[in-house]
Amino acid sequence: MYKNFFRYLISAIFLLGFSVNSNADFKVGFVYVGPTGDHGWTFQHHEGRNAVEAAGIKTTFVESVPEGADAERVIRQLAQSGHDLIFTTSFGYMDPTNKVAKDFPNVKFEHATGYKREHSNVSTYSARFYEGRTLLGHIAGKMTKTNTIGYIASFPIPEVIRGINAMTLAAQKVNPNIKTKIVWVFTWYDPGKEAEAAQALIDQGADVIMQHTDSTAPVQTAEKAGVWSFGQASDMQRFAPKSILTSIIDDWAPYYVERAIAARDGTWNQQDTWHGLKEGMVAMGPYNSAMGADLVKEVEQLQKDLASGKVHSFTGPIYDQKGNILVAEGKVADDGMLAGMSVYVKGVEGDIPK
Amino acid sequence: MALYFFTPFIAIILTILGGGIIFYILGFNPIEALKFYFITPISNLYGFSELLLKATPLCLIAIGLSFCFKSNNWNIGAEGQLTFGAIVGGGVALLFYNQEGFYILPLVIIAGAIGGMIFALIPAILKTYFNTNEILVSLMLVYVSKLLLDYLVVGPWSNPEGFNFPETRQFSDSSRMPLLFEGLRIHAGIFLALAAVMLSWFVLYKTYLGFQIKVSGLSLKTAKYAGFKGKTMILVVFMISGACAGLAGVGEITGPIGQLHRMISPDYGFTAIIVAFLGRLNPFGIIFASLVVALTYLGAETAQIFLQIPKYTGQVFQGMILFFLLASDYLLFFKVKILNLKKNELRH
Repeated sequence: MYKNFFRYLISAIFLLGFSVNSNADFKVGFVYVGPTGDHGWTFQHHEGRNAVEAAGIKTTFVESVPEGADAERVIRQLAQSGHDLIFTTSFGYMDPTNKVAKDFPNVKFEHATGYKREHSNVSTYSARFYEGRTLLGHIAGKMTKTNTIGYIASFPIPEVIRGINAMTLAAQKVNPNIKTKIVWVFTWYDPGKEAEAAQALIDQGADVIMQHTDSTAPVQTAEKAGVWSFGQASDMQRFAPKSILTSIIDDWAPYYVERAIAARDGTWNQQDTWHGLKEGMVAMGPYNSAMGADLVKEVEQLQKDLASGKVHSFTGPIYDQKGNILVAEGKVADDGMLAGMSVYVKGVEGDIPK
Repeated sequence: MALYFFTPFIAIILTILGGGIIFYILGFNPIEALKFYFITPISNLYGFSELLLKATPLCLIAIGLSFCFKSNNWNIGAEGQLTFGAIVGGGVALLFYNQEGFYILPLVIIAGAIGGMIFALIPAILKTYFNTNEILVSLMLVYVSKLLLDYLVVGPWSNPEGFNFPETRQFSDSSRMPLLFEGLRIHAGIFLALAAVMLSWFVLYKTYLGFQIKVSGLSLKTAKYAGFKGKTMILVVFMISGACAGLAGVGEITGPIGQLHRMISPDYGFTAIIVAFLGRLNPFGIIFASLVVALTYLGAETAQIFLQIPKYTGQVFQGMILFFLLASDYLLFFKVKILNLKKNELRH
């Protein structure tokens, strides 16, 4: 009886001490899949971390964590060493994040681009990159002379297919003869492979190149070959100043700051976030003056309309490659359809690898 | 001879000193940094179990490689044999998806070993019958196996409910390595590694095959004069080496990972080459070496978490260990002699 009482007392004091402590020592951990200097995906997450730090919250990061057996240990170590909120910033951390979350119910976890939220302390978040692709499609459709757009794709997951489709639909709207050629490189980051893919697409007649991979190699290849290109994930303009028309920028900073403050102040809730141009999670780099003032104006208007919801990237009628209707006229695709997108729209060449 | 087994310790001490100097130059307190690097990661039970988990595949592969390296066969492609073993073993695990049975895990493990063995036989056969260079062949086959794995996890074997993400289903519990302790990731695969250590010691030091391997390593000509069947021996050492790498691969996918995807090994097959040499190609030396090298991985993570030291220092440490080992070998086994060049006469 007394034993139990003391046990409760001690644990209560212990917990009290912890809760008082946790406000002062509030720490946020980040797990990156690549090096902070990749100038793409991880670079932008690191920028987000810098913003959290600037908001007066202590942070820690671990870079280049392989998505294999090591991920779980790194996440667990962060949880064990007093981090209260942990961002795991790659899809491959999905299962390890949920596994560790189970053992640390008081630590909050935020997993990027995943779909599993097995415990109440796991949130997921991603960005509506496809809205940026719509703008790229509009620009590409206007800028191409050969009516061929080259697309370097990583893996045939819904996010990548969504980007290809959004871009193609927008390009078709301004130029009905457009064709989208795709090279699948099956990697997120491999400058050598990405450069080869870009060259292959240029050789096939593409005069606009874009990529859903993380390195700067495609834009540099495009610059050398004298064709147009777009930056991915971060503003890549300085790597190909002549060739880059604009960049899709992943801006995680506002979200990271908001979630870190929420977790510190105890208002953090589990959620599935999918933010776009409206919230600023997707932003556009400066537009190249080579586009001409008229086109820049058009695109800026479209950007505003996408942000306000006046225009949706997937507005019907949308047909698949065989001509079957996917989205009826006057309707827009709902988030469920977007999240599971696994077919190309009409005008994309080739098949989705299976 | 005593010095021969002592140089690895010299190399490790020099590496720690070198690491301290690097930390100092980077602006960290070297003592504190080294503490986070080599002591903090294993200061609790969880950390120690993670060290064993990390050392298990390194030890297994290095044991296999020691057979090849001792007999002058330069198998650089353990990473490929690991990958192919994981593919074959993982294929069997997927075949038995959602089925129960005590026999499934042993089948998966055996399949993995056979997979690695077959993949190692390719450079061995090409070497024995077509005189190709086994270094190049085994190395190039690494890329073949990795691309094959990419193809399988993206295409035919990808998880039907997984939104096309490049990974297979999670294996059923019947094809997962049993965990040794609740809450820790250390699994029964460690017994495979220990068994490999015992067996390899027995084979290398107590059998005719072991004798052949050692003689061939010391002098190929002597081995020929002695009438050893060189070709069979080459095939056998490659098979042993491949089987060990395949076991390591299958241990990873049925242990901590639990499925096939593209990142099943952070280059264990290459790191194990350092482990094999640091362990002096001796079974018990390799246990020790695999623990030291595994610690450099864990230390790099801890040092980044607590001090924000770039994680790549782990690779710098691994490189330094090998460098200092080779350098101290050189200085130990060669006599430094200053020649009198005035006499214009070179003595050998």
